[in-house]
Amino acid sequence: MTALSSPRNAISAAGARPASASKQRGDRRGWLYSAPAVVTMGVLLFGPLLAVMLFSLTDWQLGQEQFSFIGARNFQELFADTVFWKSLRNTFLYVLLVVPGTVILGLIVAVLLESSNELKGLYRTAHFIPVMAATSAMAIVWGTMLHPTIGLFNHILYGLGYSGVSWLRDEHTALLALVLIGIWQGFGYAMVLFIAGLKAIPQNLYDAAEIDGADSVMDRMRLVVLPMIGPVLMFVMVVTAVRAFSVFDTVRVLTAGGPNYSTDVLLYRLNTESFDYLRTGYGAALTVVFLGIVIAITLLQAKIMDRRVHYS
Amino acid sequence: MTGNRLGPFARILRHVVLMTLAVVIVAPFVWMVLCSFKTQSEILSAEIRIIPHTWAAVENYTAALTRVPMLRFLLNGVIVTLVIFLLQVLVNLPAAYALAKLRFRGRSAFLGLVLLCLLIPVHATAIPTYIMFYKAGLLNTYASLILPFTISVFGIFLMRQFFMTVPDDLIDAARVDGMSEIGIVWRVMLPTAVPALVAFGIFSVVAHWNDYFWPLIVVADQALYTPPLGVAFFRLNDQGTSYGPLMAAATISIAPLVIAFLLAQRRFIEGITLTGMKA
Repeated sequence: MTALSSPRNAISAAGARPASASKQRGDRRGWLYSAPAVVTMGVLLFGPLLAVMLFSLTDWQLGQEQFSFIGARNFQELFADTVFWKSLRNTFLYVLLVVPGTVILGLIVAVLLESSNELKGLYRTAHFIPVMAATSAMAIVWGTMLHPTIGLFNHILYGLGYSGVSWLRDEHTALLALVLIGIWQGFGYAMVLFIAGLKAIPQNLYDAAEIDGADSVMDRMRLVVLPMIGPVLMFVMVVTAVRAFSVFDTVRVLTAGGPNYSTDVLLYRLNTESFDYLRTGYGAALTVVFLGIVIAITLLQAKIMDRRVHYS
Repeated sequence: MTGNRLGPFARILRHVVLMTLAVVIVAPFVWMVLCSFKTQSEILSAEIRIIPHTWAAVENYTAALTRVPMLRFLLNGVIVTLVIFLLQVLVNLPAAYALAKLRFRGRSAFLGLVLLCLLIPVHATAIPTYIMFYKAGLLNTYASLILPFTISVFGIFLMRQFFMTVPDDLIDAARVDGMSEIGIVWRVMLPTAVPALVAFGIFSVVAHWNDYFWPLIVVADQALYTPPLGVAFFRLNDQGTSYGPLMAAATISIAPLVIAFLLAQRRFIEGITLTGMKA
């Protein structure tokens, strides 16, 4: 094992070989290791991505042999379709409700959890379980809880002397019910990310704040936690937003976009048009819109993060 | 916020808030399991009992396991998630190593591609991938459930970040000892990467065990259903009216992951946090 003690000599000896040969070898090795990933990336990501953009310019219907390029007609049809606008509006509304709900609840629970060790593990486990459970299966469970006659919610309302609500069958409450399920399902994930962020805050910052007279919980939140947790907060918001934009399971299982399109969302439209009606070209146009929005959110985050780094 | 510096009032408030929330969060699971023990008439009755009046657990779980091949669905879930993870390791681990530790022409371009791909949501490639499998005659097979996920740019990125932290001296020493590059990846990098690999494994298994979107598109044959499809199918099959067995089916389908989580909470939470923070 003498070689182990002097790796540097050995490396410089290796470096004494003609540079081009070792460089070539390095190239080959690098390419060899990267090749499987590069090839699968091409076949499964870039190929399909290009294809979906091309399809969006055609009138192709799955199963038909022929199709022709029709320019932006799919997009024109899409933008003239009231159902599309309704689904876009619903998706944004869903995101605008789920993101603050998830982030605020996740942050509050994380701060409360970390403020003491009493029952910490128990609380953390309880809040995290929904993240583990399949959304589609739990949506079915929620369906029975929100059921007009046998559901838990209406039993409670009856008990309090109110009349029941047809949660998922009423177009005024259906999306709201899905929002609640969305927050229920996802805020445990936000919570554990916030916990990690809180743990990374050095204790001396709290001490310094305390010396400066900031000893109440609110002061510590305002002066230490919120400024320090900024990057994590931004990250959690983006992850939650992208997930919320991709809401599908609960819609498919519980409402099928109804009643009266009140819970129709982008991915549900995409799925229905592409795989139920087999309108490939039209579905591809929807995909392009969906992709554009998701990328915009992520890039917006990157930009804001970048500015933070430069100016802070 | 460390230190048990909370006053008595704050201490109690903390418990009140967290306990209330915890009860609300766990309620659907409790509801599900309790319903899976109850008879249909009791579920339909106007009054709600917490503890079942008549126990129908055996009947409900027997129905869930026999009316549809529930065990087969679980087995499919295991096969699909494990093979996906294995293939992800085979395809992505060497690339992550190359990006972290090898110098080669095109490396920064490759890294750029990986970062670019991180932006692409899985749903965006659904239509062309579906058509590809359709043309290849592979719809309705295990292959269609597994192969689309062999590439994981997220996995590459995560493992690369981890490999960057492995000291070069360790690799140099192995090289000096005459170990081949493949040997270095599998015998030096892999063992040191185990924590990150476990984290990624948990992330991958949770995502694909619970996935509903893709299996719904590519699989029509009941024998290939994964647990989420199985439960949805069970409900459709029964017109959603026999609630006890349906809740038993839901319980069975989520039980493996939830139990695994309860047994190895620390690993799961660390895994999910790690995969989250590195992205």
